[in-house]
Formats: sequence, structure tokens, C-alpha cells
Amino acid sequence: MANIISDETIEYVGILAKLELSQEEKEAAKSDMERMLDYIDTLNELDTAGVEPMSHVFPVHNVFREDVVTNGDGSEETLKNAPLRKEQSFKVPKTIG
Amino acid sequence: MDMMGLTAVELGKKIRAGEVTVREAAEAALAQIDRVESQVHSYVTIDREGALKRADEVQKLIDEGKLEGPLAGVPVAIKDNMCTEGMLTTCSSKILGNFQPTFTAEAVKRLEDAGAVILGKTNMDEFAMGSTTETSYYGETKNPWNLGHVPGGSSGGSCAAVAAEECFYALGSDTGGSIRQPSAFCGVSRYGLIAYGSSLDQIGPIAKDVTDCAAILEVIAGHDEKDSTSIGRESYDFMGALVDDVKGMKIGIPKDYFGEGLDKEVKNAILKAVKILEDKGAVVEEFDLSLVEYAIPAYYVIASAEASSNLSRFDGVKYGYRTGEYEGLHNMYKKSRSEGFGAEVKRRIMLGSFVLSSGYYDAYYLKALRTKALIKQAFDNAFAKYDVIVAPAAPTTAPELGKSLSDPLKMYLSDIYTVSVNLAGLPGISIPVGTDSKGLPIGMQLIGDCYQECKILRAAYAFEQTKGYARPKLVSADEKGGR
Repeated sequence: MANIISDETIEYVGILAKLELSQEEKEAAKSDMERMLDYIDTLNELDTAGVEPMSHVFPVHNVFREDVVTNGDGSEETLKNAPLRKEQSFKVPKTIG
Repeated sequence: MDMMGLTAVELGKKIRAGEVTVREAAEAALAQIDRVESQVHSYVTIDREGALKRADEVQKLIDEGKLEGPLAGVPVAIKDNMCTEGMLTTCSSKILGNFQPTFTAEAVKRLEDAGAVILGKTNMDEFAMGSTTETSYYGETKNPWNLGHVPGGSSGGSCAAVAAEECFYALGSDTGGSIRQPSAFCGVSRYGLIAYGSSLDQIGPIAKDVTDCAAILEVIAGHDEKDSTSIGRESYDFMGALVDDVKGMKIGIPKDYFGEGLDKEVKNAILKAVKILEDKGAVVEEFDLSLVEYAIPAYYVIASAEASSNLSRFDGVKYGYRTGEYEGLHNMYKKSRSEGFGAEVKRRIMLGSFVLSSGYYDAYYLKALRTKALIKQAFDNAFAKYDVIVAPAAPTTAPELGKSLSDPLKMYLSDIYTVSVNLAGLPGISIPVGTDSKGLPIGMQLIGDCYQECKILRAAYAFEQTKGYARPKLVSADEKGGR
């Protein structure tokens, strides 16, 4: 069973993935994904009816703690890594017209 | 003294006895880096000044009696996907090319508290996505055993650094075999503790012998409330497992791991090693594990899905690379990411976004999670009968440079014996058992049930007693090898 990935699908996945692919990259992504999905489809040979999806192997559940700062104010060091900053903020392009 | 031939624990002893200073150890490692790094390229960042300064500080603490653990003063290399405060941490990606973390990863912090001296950060596949260390933005690492071959991956830099004796031990991370497979290719011991990882990722030691692995594990393992998925356990005594006795230990050999696709030389070397354990009193039996062929497809769905979500944080706002020109916020995100990520990373983000998208989520993502449950069940059944499962670490020895990336699917298949362990949350170790006719190392993988690290350490230790430590020609040419 060969998977066919359409131009629309690659376009849509590119939006979800926040990636801008060149035409050449899009073609490569299409054939890569088709091949991978053909391979992944071997999972369909397995009868998984009634099997619970296992996201974590161990019985780990939500872990809560009080929202208390314990590591001090690292804002200056954190902002040093920002590509662009304005005073005590990260600077991004205008988002609302 | 051939200092770089010492294991971490041996060096630690000499440092505590005052036979070697911490500065001498760091200088010896840096000298070895000077000698071989241009050929091997294990490191992305080398912190000479920091290492020497830190060496003097650690020496002072040792002299004052404030540091007395087995790893105090021993120089270490850290895979470049673990944050180190103030030290460049790139994940071997362009997108993090200038990132200086404001905090240190817990496992690294624990090593520092135990007196480790960090030499630098090691090369890896970009964001750990790859099996050869060729997807690094900063160039490929070469296998110290044969410079025309890959070191494996994704922790290839860490494994090469240990094998080329550019450090005494290293930390790596393993999502689908990224410590065990390159360790096998570079002839290095490995122990990865899955029980502390939230999904598939885990951190583990890469060292010259099993004793070092146990000593390092004792330092880095432990419950950490900053990682809400980390799990506490009753005992952190791993050195106690180093007993040369496997009498009565039940070893299972999954027949499905020794069939088609496994290189003959690798197969023979591992079966020979199993025979040695049998001669020492272990009870060996073949069995059918089943589901082996479904581990890789399930793994790539789950790993890519998680990657597409985890890597959404790289957006050119808070840290890392931002594109030069853009129109508006979304265009800035897209261009920064497209220019900052390499091909393999983009491939997995695309696949991950697809399998999580509405309409495909059930068919791919949930199907993979159901398959994972079945694989875990298959291992549970096996561990009801066996203490340890023996498998190859990889189907072949290290491939030649430049032969793997053109066919991603084929590269993924090289992880066939390692990914199940991550899916099922099991501890595994890869130890060298010999070399093939080309002189490349062969790794044997020992797999234990959840929390049964001590059993695999014991089996590995018992096997290791029957063999000398092999060194690549690159480092032993003028020393005739051996320790």
C-alpha cells in the first residue's frame, strides 16, 4: 500500500511545523514522508484492538509543587541570550496592526 | 606514566593518594586533545582555561578533605545537548550556535558536585537525530579505530573522545540507542538508565570499563524534583554489583535478534561472548521475543512526534539563531527555523507534525503507543524467565563515513536492536567483545528488567574480567596497547 502525499498536505504540515520549505525541499519531504509512512504502515499488521496506548512505561502522574521561586532572579542572564531585546523584554516584530 | 590509559576510577585513586594532581590530569587530557583532535573531531567546544581553573579549585577541595568521592578531580567531556551554565551548548545545531545556558543540567551538576572537571562539549548528531554524528552542523566526528568510518551516533563525539582518550569518561544521551550504538562502534562501555527518563531520552555514562560506569551512575542517578518525571528508587548502590560471579544467572538469547540482517562476524563474536558467560556458570537459553520488526516504526512515530513538539521552542525569540530579514512574526519564526535546522531535523519535525495532525493522530500516533504497550508486554514475559537478555548493539560494525545519510530508512534500521529498550523503559549496557576483520569494535548489549541495573552490571563485569582493555592504534601506536 503506497502512501501518496499531496502538495496540499506538505503545505499544511509545513504550516503546523512552522517550516518554510523550498520547492526542492518540498519534493524531497514528500518522497521521504511517503517512504516512511509505507514503512510505518507495517504496524497495521499488528492487532492492537483493546490495547491501551502507553505513553509512559511507569505509573507517573501529575506532580505538583508550590509555585515558589527558588533559583533567584536570572532575568538579566536569560535576556543575554535573546537575539533582540528592548530593556527588560524580548523584542519581536510587530504582531498587531 | 601513561596517564590517559587509566580509567576514571583508577585516576581518582591516584589523585586522592596525591600521586597525580588534578591539574596534571587536566593537562594530560588537553595534551591528548592537542595530539588527536584534529583527526577525530570529538569536541564542539573545548574549555581549556575553564578546565585548568576548575582543576585548581577541585584540588583545593580535595586537599581540604571536602571532596573524597571516586570521581573527584577526574576530567570529563559532556555531550553538547546538556546545558552547562555559561558554556556554549549548541546541540550541534546552527539554531543554537550562540546559546549560553543560564543553568546546568542536573546530571552534570551532580558530577560537578562530585568533583568533575569539565573539559568541553562533545559533538553529536544535530539535536541527537541521527545514528552517525554526520548530521552535526559543525562537521562529522571520525571513528578513532578507523578514521574512514563513522563513530556512530548520536553520542558519537562522547564515544570517540573516550576511545581516543581525550577525556577519562563522558556523558551521553540515548533516545533510541545513541549511547549503546556509538559505544559499540568505538569499543566503549555504556550504561543508560532509562528509569529516570520521561519518554525515550535518558542520560548515561560512557566509560572505559564497567567499574567506571557503575561509579558514574552512582553520582548521576537520583530523584530530582526539577524533573517531575524522575523516579526515586530504594538503592543507588551500583558499585556493589561489581561481582565476578554469574553462576545460575539466567540469560535469554532472543532468536529474532540473531537472524537476517545481522553481520556474521558480529553474530559470532557475541555468541562467543555468551559462551564465556555460560562457561562461568550462567544458564543460557534461546527464546522468541517477538515484535522485533515493529520497534523501529513505532519508535520513529513516537520520537518524531515528541521532537516536533519539543523543538517548537526554537523560534528565534528567546535564544539562538534569528534570521536576518523577515516580514512579521510568523515569517520570522518560519525563516529562523528553516535556516537554523538541518535536513534530518526538519525531516523528523515534518513527520512528527504529520502523525500528530488531526485525522492521522489515531492511525499513527495512538497506533504506535499501542504497539509500545505490546513490546513492553513481550519484555515483561521474557523477564519472567530471564535475568538478562543478550543482544547485538548494532547489526554491523561502524559504517564508512558518508555512506549513511543518503538513505535515512536504512540508517534508521541500524537502531533495530537498541530502540526497544527505550520504548520499554529498560536499562541496557553495551560492552566491547572483540573486533571484526577490519579491526572495528563489536558491541554486545545486555538488557535488564526495570530497575535491574545491578544484574546487567554484574554480567558485564564478569565478562570484562576475561578480557583486556583494547585501545585503538591511534592512541596506542607508541605504547603497544594494553594497560
